[in-house]
Amino acid sequence: MNILVCVKQVPGTNQVEVDPETGVLKRDNVESKLNPYDLFALEMAFQLAAETDGAVKTLSMGPPQARAALEETLWMGASEGVLLSDRKFGGADVVATAAALELGARQMMPFDVIFCGKQTTDGDTAQVGPELAERLGIEHAANVAEIVKVEDGALTVVVDLDDAKQTLRIKTPCLLTVEKDANVPRLPSYKRKKAMTEDQIRVLSCADLPDADESKLGLKGSLTRVEKIFPPEKNELNERISGTPQDAASRLYALLRGRKLV
Amino acid sequence: MGLKIETKNLTPALAAEIAAICPFGAIEADGAKLSINAACKNCKLCVKKSNGVITWEDEEKPAVDKSKFVGVAVFGEVRYGKLLPVTLELLGKARELADQIAHPVYAVLIGENLKGAAEDALRHGADKAYCYDHEQLKYRTVVPFTACIKDFIDTVKPSSVLFGATNFGRSLAPRVAARCGAGLTADCTMLEMKENTDLVQIRPAFGGNIMARIVSPQARPQFCTVRYKTFDALPRSEELTGEVVNVTVTDAMLQSGTEVLSVAEKPKEVDISDADVIVACGRGFQKKEDLALAQELADLIGAQVACSRPLAESGWMDAKHQIGLSGRTVKPKLIITLGISGTVQFTAGMKASDFIVAINADPDASIFEVAHVGVVGDLYEVVPKLIEKIKEGRENV
Repeated sequence: MNILVCVKQVPGTNQVEVDPETGVLKRDNVESKLNPYDLFALEMAFQLAAETDGAVKTLSMGPPQARAALEETLWMGASEGVLLSDRKFGGADVVATAAALELGARQMMPFDVIFCGKQTTDGDTAQVGPELAERLGIEHAANVAEIVKVEDGALTVVVDLDDAKQTLRIKTPCLLTVEKDANVPRLPSYKRKKAMTEDQIRVLSCADLPDADESKLGLKGSLTRVEKIFPPEKNELNERISGTPQDAASRLYALLRGRKLV
Repeated sequence: MGLKIETKNLTPALAAEIAAICPFGAIEADGAKLSINAACKNCKLCVKKSNGVITWEDEEKPAVDKSKFVGVAVFGEVRYGKLLPVTLELLGKARELADQIAHPVYAVLIGENLKGAAEDALRHGADKAYCYDHEQLKYRTVVPFTACIKDFIDTVKPSSVLFGATNFGRSLAPRVAARCGAGLTADCTMLEMKENTDLVQIRPAFGGNIMARIVSPQARPQFCTVRYKTFDALPRSEELTGEVVNVTVTDAMLQSGTEVLSVAEKPKEVDISDADVIVACGRGFQKKEDLALAQELADLIGAQVACSRPLAESGWMDAKHQIGLSGRTVKPKLIITLGISGTVQFTAGMKASDFIVAINADPDASIFEVAHVGVVGDLYEVVPKLIEKIKEGRENV
């Protein structure tokens, strides 16, 4: 099977804060890493490729330094990677990100299966995968925990629906987003790292994509706008309750109820 | 549209200074030149901080005629013929938002035998419940559900559509949004309505320590997903008002390349790491049997039971339930610790929790330093009273 995995480079830390005084974003550690959820998608892809004698390619969108995330996928087992990098892609929301990935994926066709992580640790939306599937006109299944059967033209997968597990037979080509802890992701191989050549990763700009419509990409193509960012209200509550058990329980209940916690 | 750089007065020093403003490393300085790369997240911090060197230019787009889109719609997720609680919560919020702009509230229900669920939607705030009722829609499947909602949107033209952020809702909403060309915001924690019917969507951004206000000023409808327990459901109205609209489900809507082979209920979660609510027990418990008290409280509030290290070591609870450096790290919405002193090794595994309640007889216990609410008292006395209170509160709803 021909397999594509979409990955993203994310900040190495979630410790981003807004200084409440100045409104300045503070980010102590700007190191980046491969989105942890993507590791499960990659592993499922490698296993499916091994089973079907197929190959795994990877696709990402991001600044030039996101190349590092793609390199890591190659060290793990991908055969080639494409990085979509252009200022015109910048500031993309879900719609515009899916639009760019669609163009990239079309450059790398054909595919039987496209894998995505269930979400990213920075955006946390879980929406890009399903939007990409819709744009490509293929079926998708989200929160896939397992592939239980591989047939010609279809996969049988188990998806996690909070309250239940559905077993689905989904026609290929399709897109699957992979649940956390679906498998044990492999580590990058030193041998593969040594053997990697520069040309295994291609960087494509907007101009390299023949069907690119700039009005649908990046900030211009985004349908949502961030009006402003602000620090969350700090919960400085530190209340001490004493008194009779009856009174203490009443006060505690009122506090919990007020916060919709019980 | 976007960021514009005024190059006139740039010097290498100034360029470097401005490049340093960006927390995402999206501004690159090359001598006296500045450029913005794809890492830009449009936080506009540079606009605020660069003294006019970087400015924001809006481009007038042909605006949609917002008056043509009327109504706040809620996708109603149905399970065994009943609406999920998150749907009722969204209907309550939709009512509030719609009332501000004098719009109606719609519920869109897809499934089999929806009459009861549709009436429930009307009793919880909807003016109209649109039902796509068909035996082949018995299971939650993304592509046919997308076709049904697209049909609803084309027919009714709502201004906003809210989805519960369940796993299924988070899979369905983006699919529908892509098909309708709608803006979509995930996991909103607050929603507000502007007079011009723009839905203000507020959510944690860039990893969680920052909030963002998001709007879709040039697209209709506007979509968002919302997690459960974010808003309040309206009390069930005794009187049944409103209208149930049964929509004909066409063969085209049922087309799908995905077949549901089986559905298995999930056993109750045992992994405390993902639990939203936790009751944690410590050495304040005198014997293993007494843990039943914690279990009773946990069952009542939908919590997982966990423990501190001594209880795991003594074998009172499985090590899988242990919180702390040598156990699991948890970040629930609510954690109630019972008889836990709060060693650093324990608090390291739970201090990021959204709301921490500690019940401990020792007023000097260090757990009170990390707790939002600390109850100084004997858990054997306070917990039964708390259980009583919660039960009373439920009966009065």
